[in-house]
Amino acid sequence: MTQWRPPLSLIGTWLALLGLLALTVTIAYVPLGAGNAVVALSIGTVKAGLVAAIFMELRHRSGLTLVFAGAGLFWLGILLWLGLMDFMTRT
Amino acid sequence: MPEPPAFASQYVSIPHRDHTAELGMWVFIATEALLFGGLILAYFVYRHLFPHAFAEGSRHTDILIGTINTAVLLTSSFLVAWAVEIFSPATTRIVAWLLVGASCLGLAFIALKGIEYSREYDEHLVPGIDFQFGGSLANGVQLFFIFYFVATAIHAVHMLIGIGLLLTLATISRSSPTTRHHTALHSAALYWHFVDVVWIFLFALIYLPGRASS
Repeated sequence: MTQWRPPLSLIGTWLALLGLLALTVTIAYVPLGAGNAVVALSIGTVKAGLVAAIFMELRHRSGLTLVFAGAGLFWLGILLWLGLMDFMTRT
Repeated sequence: MPEPPAFASQYVSIPHRDHTAELGMWVFIATEALLFGGLILAYFVYRHLFPHAFAEGSRHTDILIGTINTAVLLTSSFLVAWAVEIFSPATTRIVAWLLVGASCLGLAFIALKGIEYSREYDEHLVPGIDFQFGGSLANGVQLFFIFYFVATAIHAVHMLIGIGLLLTLATISRSSPTTRHHTALHSAALYWHFVDVVWIFLFALIYLPGRASS
């Protein structure tokens, strides 16, 4: 029964994610106008980045795996960018 | 870790097989990102058209349950990442317990979601079944709740599939684990983490808007 302990990087990531959750809920109650949405989505992006880099092990990957993982993000970006451009710029 | 005796002929080696499995999982995750991406696109369009109604609808969601559920999911992801990290023939029992623990957290998430749904039903917030909301914002609030129920229900279905995967792997990895089992667990873990990432964004879009103003 050797080597059953979680690496410190996983524990640190878990605690950081819970800390960011507490932060994002707290800031949601601070009146920032349009800034609230920006803060909420920015913290969400940081959390998702931590999960992808550490839990999904992307920081240990290179080359083809990053291309495949990045491709999903790329097509999602195209979908949201071109999909929203009309609505967000309409006067 | 022991190797299975053979691998399919399209692979040149066992690492090649495992690498291909990981790439395949990322392709699947890309299709899932686009599925949820379509929903989120619709959310942004309607939030842009009805900003006050979306803030009002958001204030009617249960932020306590939402926050607890987010913490529950993040913790389950941690347990799954831990299980992948220590997977070996010497740790089969601990790996199985970690996966069972993550599954229990997943079931707790579903149970809390059920409580939340029943409260929203009691408050007449379910479009198409029993939606009653007065005032000028009613139409936009209804759109918000249509998004809320569709997105969270699709997410919950993903959770149930993930729980089934984790429990299956907890069972099979207890008997003489091989690199194949490790690869299967890694693929299931990627799926579970992705479902967690989807929830991180759903949480920010559903529960947080409109809290600072009332």
